[in-house]
Amino acid sequence: MSAGAPDREPVLSLEAVSRSFGGLRAVDSLSFEVFRGEIVGLLGPNGSGKTTAMNLISGALMPDSGRIRFAGQDIAGLPPHRIARAGIARTFQLVRVFKTMTVRENVRASAIFGGRAPAGPLEAFVDAQIDKVGLRPQADRLAGEITYIDQKRVELARALAAQPRVLLLDEWLAGLNPTELGVAMELIRSLRGGDVTVLMVEHVMDAIRSVCDRCVVMNAGGKIAEGPPARVLADPAVITAYLGDDDA
Amino acid sequence: MTGARIALAVAAVALLAAVPVLGNDYTVSLGISLLMFGVLATAWGMFSGPTRYISLASVSFFGLGSYVTAVFADQLPFVALLGIALVVGAALSLIVGLTTLRLSGMYFVIFTFGMTELVRQLVTWYEANVTRSIGRYVFVDTSPGEIYWKLLALFVLVLATAAWAARSRLGFALRLIGEDEAASRHCGVDTTRAKLTMFVLSSVFMVLVGAIVAPRWTYIDPSIAFNAQISFQVVIMALLGGVGAFWGPLLGVVPLVFLFELLIKYFPNHFSIVLGLVFLLIVYALPRGVLGWMQGWGRRRTEPKP
Repeated sequence: MSAGAPDREPVLSLEAVSRSFGGLRAVDSLSFEVFRGEIVGLLGPNGSGKTTAMNLISGALMPDSGRIRFAGQDIAGLPPHRIARAGIARTFQLVRVFKTMTVRENVRASAIFGGRAPAGPLEAFVDAQIDKVGLRPQADRLAGEITYIDQKRVELARALAAQPRVLLLDEWLAGLNPTELGVAMELIRSLRGGDVTVLMVEHVMDAIRSVCDRCVVMNAGGKIAEGPPARVLADPAVITAYLGDDDA
Repeated sequence: MTGARIALAVAAVALLAAVPVLGNDYTVSLGISLLMFGVLATAWGMFSGPTRYISLASVSFFGLGSYVTAVFADQLPFVALLGIALVVGAALSLIVGLTTLRLSGMYFVIFTFGMTELVRQLVTWYEANVTRSIGRYVFVDTSPGEIYWKLLALFVLVLATAAWAARSRLGFALRLIGEDEAASRHCGVDTTRAKLTMFVLSSVFMVLVGAIVAPRWTYIDPSIAFNAQISFQVVIMALLGGVGAFWGPLLGVVPLVFLFELLIKYFPNHFSIVLGLVFLLIVYALPRGVLGWMQGWGRRRTEPKP
């Protein structure tokens, strides 16, 4: 896979995007690009602005300045539902399923209101998304009553049901045990080859090494490194950001 | 709807329609109360049920409708009154909706309550300074039976609308908002538009109830038409019944209308206190209403413990 070849048109690009909370510049003139079909990891120590960046892309927050281009259109500052309909789906750092609705209803929500209307019958499409994440046996249970990993699966199925062009996964692997992690990583890998592009905030280094084509590393709101996982994780600037200086 | 259900509904409406012919003045008056609160609570449930936004603005729409009738009844025919009520109600609910629907939880509750007081004060100010008379007589050539039938028609209409809404795309969007508003936005739901649409639709029914019922009073002033107690009664009834289904609020309307009749007869001076106690009891004992209690009971019966 020739990830991030420069001659390709990026599907998503951030151009000098900034956002402050009071005196804190959570995201400070951040720029990076994501190309079609890639799985890109967004890394950085706690508080480096990763989740804020995700919220800016998905419209949960408005940037103070800068541009966010998605499929040729500037989506910076659009309301979340417009961004979702344009083709960017997301999961949440702390799982947010519709708890007193069934798994099927959760997935149906995005199928109906999300980006592209499914071709063919709605229920068959919804069931197909549920099958993708292996939740068919739980399809008629309430989303609030199933296990944590199954709720994460619901979020993924719900995001996929919007048929997004870009999928934002915010620490989707966090809190899983080793067995679940293996299953979950396999799920993300299975997205490769479809026409979904993935941008994932992640702390699980094994997952980043084995799943991501490319990484963008943030620190203090800005980008400090970018490239293939192995190279980026060996970068002295990245190591310093995570672990501090030698004399620290 | 199956054929049998339609037949049953038609029979029920026919039976209700016969009340003014068969019953006496008291049954008609009781019927008017039941239908009035039936429409108000169902309309309230259409918006507040799925979204879980507890609105205390009901009486501002109801009162507005009453005033439309009081002001225009001697000059215009009934249909025109309804038209005016519809337009004015839609306009007010748009304003209330646009200003309040960005708030959530307790803030929304308090703001809708404050909004009602504001409307009442504005009407009072207008009557005192412009018309120079706080009260108005409502002279309409009508009978209790006629009011009853008009309310019955509106009742059928609101139930049909609520049944449609519960199954519609809009209804689904509102349920998603009630579950998790932020997550629903990221699923592509235009939350502001969905909430506003249903808030206006629900409010319009409340305005129409006020316009139809006003002649019952023969005299109104702002403290009668905009009596906040009505808003609370509507909420209590809907919560007692349960808002999980469009017909749920009716399960609360029937017992509470009878209870209020008894209270007014035997404890006229302690009405508010008992009302408050009833409110507390319902919230503690039946948090999901009669409907939720019935569903829970049904589930326990059909699903044996593993």
